[in-house]
Amino acid sequence: MATPHDDLRDLKQQQRYDFRTEIDYAHQSRRGLGEDVVRSISALKNEPQWMLDFRLKALDIFNRMPMPTWGVDLGALDFEEFYYFMRAAPEKARTWDDVPDAIKDTFDKLGIPEAERKFLAGVETQMDSEAVYSSLKAEWERHGIIFVDMDTAVQKYPDLVQKYISTVVPIADNKFAALNSAFWSGGSFVYVPAGVNVEIPLQAYFRINAQSLGQFERTIIIVENGSSVHYIEGCTAPQYTTAALHTGVIEIFVGKGAQARYTTIQNWSTNVYNLVTQRAVVEEDGAMAWVDGNLGSGITMKYPAVVLKGPRAHGEILSIAFAGDNQHYDAGAKAIHLAPYTSSLITSKSISKGNGRADYRGLVRVAKGAVGAHSKVTCDALLLDPQSRTDTYPYMDVNEDESHIEHEATVSKISEDQLFYLMSRGLPEKRAAAMIVSGFLEPFVKELPMEYAVELNRLIDLQMEGSVG
Amino acid sequence: MEPVTLEIRDLHVNVEGKAILKGVNLVVKQGETHALMGPNGSGKSTLSYTLMGHPHYEVTQGDILINGESLLPLPPDERARRGLFLAMQYPVSVPGVTLNTFLHAATSAMRGYSDKAQPGARGRLNAHLIPFREFRKELNEDLEKLKMDPSFLQRYLNEGFSGGEKKRAEVLQMALLKPKFAILDETDSGLDIDAIRIVSENINRLQQELNMGILVITHYQRLLNYIYPQFVHIFYDGRIFQSGDASLVDVLEEKGYDWVKDEVAALRS
Repeated sequence: MATPHDDLRDLKQQQRYDFRTEIDYAHQSRRGLGEDVVRSISALKNEPQWMLDFRLKALDIFNRMPMPTWGVDLGALDFEEFYYFMRAAPEKARTWDDVPDAIKDTFDKLGIPEAERKFLAGVETQMDSEAVYSSLKAEWERHGIIFVDMDTAVQKYPDLVQKYISTVVPIADNKFAALNSAFWSGGSFVYVPAGVNVEIPLQAYFRINAQSLGQFERTIIIVENGSSVHYIEGCTAPQYTTAALHTGVIEIFVGKGAQARYTTIQNWSTNVYNLVTQRAVVEEDGAMAWVDGNLGSGITMKYPAVVLKGPRAHGEILSIAFAGDNQHYDAGAKAIHLAPYTSSLITSKSISKGNGRADYRGLVRVAKGAVGAHSKVTCDALLLDPQSRTDTYPYMDVNEDESHIEHEATVSKISEDQLFYLMSRGLPEKRAAAMIVSGFLEPFVKELPMEYAVELNRLIDLQMEGSVG
Repeated sequence: MEPVTLEIRDLHVNVEGKAILKGVNLVVKQGETHALMGPNGSGKSTLSYTLMGHPHYEVTQGDILINGESLLPLPPDERARRGLFLAMQYPVSVPGVTLNTFLHAATSAMRGYSDKAQPGARGRLNAHLIPFREFRKELNEDLEKLKMDPSFLQRYLNEGFSGGEKKRAEVLQMALLKPKFAILDETDSGLDIDAIRIVSENINRLQQELNMGILVITHYQRLLNYIYPQFVHIFYDGRIFQSGDASLVDVLEEKGYDWVKDEVAALRS
């Protein structure tokens, strides 16, 4: 039977076709890489010279860096195949009537509200939530909070952007970070001054005049001493995109005693390469949490990282990956303990279905002198089919004797007895299996805001349809 | 209207190639209470799992029928929908799934909500479930009758439940799913005297309300002091050795299972 991903593939093909017929060179670069493309992006955005220089330097670094040869198979990735810039046209590119029934049906099944559907389907470039946004915006401004898209930040807050960009994720960190640095567009800029607790989560879709998920989003979040913020990016609903290469860079600064949480769920169509670098630096007594959900894309490399720089800094990385047919995740986490009494908690849960493959690759590094550092890593994998696969690659680099690292890994299958028990209460096999899977993911789901949790559970149900029995 | 019947007809069952049930015959009508008493290892639990359709148990001969319809081709959920319920001796835990979520989904499935929702009741989230308020009202009433605290609902299904909590949760499911036939597999094990009273009161009440047929599967007579059987069957070595009325319980209590063993040995020699 048709899965949401099939729908998305169909849609994507149709959409590609659409773009071929109505290419608008005012809003789209030529296919492929090159200095001319970088220059034209920068010019279209009216960027200051320093940002153009930053991009050109990054392009040079990108060109000189080798492709990673570990993890996933990137052999089929041809950089020249992609468009590196597409600006959302100010006039709506399509109407609701143009959206294929298959996609509408998926939204129906997910129970997504009308306004959100139009946004997700690309009919509207923003959520129909202006009233909510305006009152929030006034509140933010009163507290000196900046929450804008990255392009706006470059224009309005150049000093802040220049001070922080690429200081957590250097341009040369990896080839895809360099690619992002050269071609970035979209993403958020968040600044929370000292001593401010942002109580309502900042959600990317509240941003006006910005695409929620850019092809090369660049996000910077600065949380000054004693502040707290929760930022939410992405959505659980299937997102389709014309861009089959997604390389984001997210940099987060957590000040002394500050707390930051970044929640993201991605559900790209399965032809997308998702190669993301996300990293946070945490000062003394600060705390950072990455809550990272991966449902879509074909090939994923993603290792949310915490650099625990100050004493007693704490980092948590909670992630799930659901690898269906033709999906391969090489995902995990990194915790770098640089100071005494730092602690990290890494929980990774993966599900592999059909020929899907979800691997965990993680690094825990404890620097000499980080006495009393403590790290706990738990990886649980659930395999739904005989041909499903999972591997675990936990790397430990411990240079301080007075530290404590724990690692636990489990691989399990859906138990026949659990399935029998649930079925004996009237639940059909697929629903029973979906319930066991939801239970497996519960430690992740309960960390999500409610609307995301509900959508995610529904989505898991849909993913599970046709998978068992 | 004729009462509905659960009929076990010459049932033979293998487990991993070994014959465990060797020709069980039994008819339970709605409204009747039967007790199946037997020593450990006689195949009692094999019978209960086989009735419900556990894939581990292989039926090699015979049939199981509700009102003449064979259950053998049906998976456990279809058997449940034909009105069969098994209160298990060792209910498994399902981590991460709250009792509430599970009960809501199971009750909805049994009452046909899941089917209605396919395909898409347009836009409404959780169209495959009974409206929450309606469900919660019924659930609260049942919880009260079982003297269970509502906070119980937020715990993960059977995870860390005490023996008594597990059995109460089983009876709570029975109350919501409203079966025609309930098999109680060692339902008194792990229960203290207060719990056994509450559990059996509720089973008796449900029998009245639903006109359930009950098959009590037990080693000891204890539960039968609370749930009175009209029919008692002594089970030994994979088949029913002797059937009678409630007085058979006392005979067994007096003579013990060694008497059965000796009788069987005598018959065979």
